[in-house]
Amino acid sequence: MWNFSNIADSIHKWLNLTFSPTLATIIEMVIVGVCVIGLFAVLGLVLVIMERKVSAWMQIRLGPNRVGPKGMFQSLADTVKLLVKEGMTPTGADKFLFNLAPYIALIVAMLLMAPLAFAKDFQMWDLNIGVLYIAAISSVSVISILMAGWSSNNKYSLMGAMRSGAQIVSYELSAGFSVLSVVVLAGSLNLNTIIQSQADGWWIFKGHIPVFISFIIFIIAVTAETNRAPFDLAEAESELTAGFHTEYSGMKFALFFLAEYVNVFIVCAIGATLFLGGWMPFHIGHWEGFNHIMDYIPSSIWFFGKTFFLIFLIMWFRWTFPRLRIDQLLNLEWKYLLPISLFNILLVTAMAILGWYF
Amino acid sequence: MVEEIGTTEEGDLIINVGPQHPATHGVLHLVITLNGETIKKVEPHLGYIHRSIEKMCESLTYRQFIYVTSRMDYLSAHINNHACALCVEKGLQVEIPPRAQVIRVLMDELTRIASHELWWGAMAMDLGAFTPFFHAFRERETINDIMEETCGARLTMNYMVPGGVMADLHPNFQKKVKEFITLYKLKIKEYDELVTGNIIFQNRMKGVGYLSAEDAISYGCTGPTARGSGVSCDIRKLYPYEVYDKLEFDEVLETEGDSFARYMVRLGEMNQSIKIIEQLIDNIPEGDFQAKTKVVLKLPKGEFYSRVETARGELGVYIVSEGGSTPYRIKFRSPGFSNLSALDHMARGHLLGDLVAMMGTLDLVIPDIDR
Amino acid sequence: MFIVKYIKEVFNAVKSLLVGLRRTGYYFTHHKEIITQQYPDNRDTLHFPDRFKGEVVMPHNENNEHRCTGCTACELACPNGTIKVITQFDITPEGKKKKAIDKLVYHLELCTMCNLCIIACPSDAIVMAQTFEHSVFDRSELTKILNNPGSKIMEGVE
Repeated sequence: MWNFSNIADSIHKWLNLTFSPTLATIIEMVIVGVCVIGLFAVLGLVLVIMERKVSAWMQIRLGPNRVGPKGMFQSLADTVKLLVKEGMTPTGADKFLFNLAPYIALIVAMLLMAPLAFAKDFQMWDLNIGVLYIAAISSVSVISILMAGWSSNNKYSLMGAMRSGAQIVSYELSAGFSVLSVVVLAGSLNLNTIIQSQADGWWIFKGHIPVFISFIIFIIAVTAETNRAPFDLAEAESELTAGFHTEYSGMKFALFFLAEYVNVFIVCAIGATLFLGGWMPFHIGHWEGFNHIMDYIPSSIWFFGKTFFLIFLIMWFRWTFPRLRIDQLLNLEWKYLLPISLFNILLVTAMAILGWYF
Repeated sequence: MVEEIGTTEEGDLIINVGPQHPATHGVLHLVITLNGETIKKVEPHLGYIHRSIEKMCESLTYRQFIYVTSRMDYLSAHINNHACALCVEKGLQVEIPPRAQVIRVLMDELTRIASHELWWGAMAMDLGAFTPFFHAFRERETINDIMEETCGARLTMNYMVPGGVMADLHPNFQKKVKEFITLYKLKIKEYDELVTGNIIFQNRMKGVGYLSAEDAISYGCTGPTARGSGVSCDIRKLYPYEVYDKLEFDEVLETEGDSFARYMVRLGEMNQSIKIIEQLIDNIPEGDFQAKTKVVLKLPKGEFYSRVETARGELGVYIVSEGGSTPYRIKFRSPGFSNLSALDHMARGHLLGDLVAMMGTLDLVIPDIDR
Repeated sequence: MFIVKYIKEVFNAVKSLLVGLRRTGYYFTHHKEIITQQYPDNRDTLHFPDRFKGEVVMPHNENNEHRCTGCTACELACPNGTIKVITQFDITPEGKKKKAIDKLVYHLELCTMCNLCIIACPSDAIVMAQTFEHSVFDRSELTKILNNPGSKIMEGVE
């Protein structure tokens, strides 16, 4: 069957036949890097136009409809505009850190792409501790925000960065716990093994209510971690003008913007992988006929479909809810989500030991 | 600025919110002293949109100066014009025909609803919810269309003239207003679904920006801001003008004094305005829409004062006449100015995020404060 | 009991959020509720009420005649000095001098559309037009002369 893994395999074979193994590995790395950058650009464009259309339809507007068919090239035009804009560095800013921060945000997002399985047997790096790797790298993203806020020499930026620091550090906990519940059930930190364990049904169905609760907690926590409304306190437009990226303009601003959207994509992809089976088609127990029909849909479509469903969910939140206050945000985490997820992980562990899942 | 820095301690953060800031809805400038995220002091700096409307009015005749007052509180332009017209009529001792009175009240209440609609959307936007803003504008647009048909303009109508109104009601007016009432009753439920009932919104508003009844009185707060603290101050009830004394409506009072109370007062006022419109829309008396007045109006020597209830509170118009065709001195008592002065008292000790919510519930219109 | 209260609190909170999500979800799926008007595209179907105050104009009949007597009532009524009436003296066929307008200068850039001049006009010579696209590239284009060149006062208008 024609799919991504075959293409990857044939390229791998051809490179190894033509060049020496070392050179082949280097060339493969370059190809992967180019693909990631390309995926970044495409994701940025697609997610921006998606957000604009979703928000417009929820706000009984039409949304962008001038550039290209149905306005689909609007984000492309925006990108061109941002590219040609002057990227200013304010006087008094720490120039080195100021210019470095957007790239760190982007690099963190790129690193997170590595262990994701985009389709069946199509993965950049099959890591046996994939979940741990993601949890470790995603907490680095706060560094870039703190760096941007601190180096801007702007009080709004500083406050946004400090808020963001408190927010991301606390929400890491419940995000970690909810991820852990699936790890406990699947018995592995390897993303591929977790996906394989969902061959007879996704964890969100197999795991009964406890996994469903941890799924909800995961969605709330990653919304907070990616600084999206209703937890967008780091940007908090009506309070801090633009928060940590107040002083950024042009392409440096665009990189922050891109990193935000790619982070949303990545956390949704992780959510889809852990709870909704990643590229695994929708299978019900031992209904062979039904499962067989579902297998006809390519695995990459399953993966992206689930991911975009979760992205839509997060966008839906953004355009419905008001923003929380900083103390309420931390209250929500420490008084509600953390106790619930602690209790939940207990239930899940009991479930895993007693085998109370399908 | 020197003495302000003197009162702050080491480590305090002084930030300027405004004149260009997304939360201030105009050119309000707040100098905020922060300790971390906690507000220690809020100092409003005014004057960025001062157009000396009072001085301008002194050089215009009694017919001409009314249109300028639309530019003060542009969201309740009709009510501003109404206050000026009332004051001039008081000086002229003219009796306004009953039809004109009813038309004026109808227009006032429609304006009040339109103003509160915009406030509702803008306040939700301050709190970070963007969608309600567009939903509010959908209903406001209907009112604007009604205004446009009868008055010829959408925002600064200049429809009230001394002695009555400028033109008769448009034949479609009654039909359109009834359509609006149906639409409003259908859509007001969505307001509760989207914002009022929302747990995040309630937590942001309840217990925030407390203003006691005594403080509300001593700061001179009027309108929904004071009524949220339980101070009865509705001019329509206390000093009825036009046909308000013959109408059945309640003065909406909440006693909590926090941001949520002020929010609920404004929502309640919208319902009361609908009630007033429903009472009047089928009972518009026939007759003239304007009393006979002279071409050149001359007020007798003396001082005249009139007050009305705008969407923001009590608007007072004070005219000193020397007997000529232009006022000698004119003074507006604008509701926004007094309401803003209570902001510092309300905000101290709260977080920066609360300041935005408080400013939203005060319903500040900066040209009204600065004039 | 504490636990019951806690669970109830969480449940009500989630319910209030779901109600809001249902409302925005409804608008997301019901595109006929969209209220956007695509302005330059719908220019042909735009409808303005008769009373819409767009700009002061002076209607002329087919013989290039207007109703303005040059009484300057509008000039006096205007709060902004928007209207300037420049009068001249026509010689009537009987040899008498008669006051008439040479130019009625209207500064659109000063006008606030307050309608006071229209009310003040005793002979209904000026009316409000329903135009609204007033932007121009040069400010001087906003200063308009309302009477057509060579126009005369209508018969019987005093």
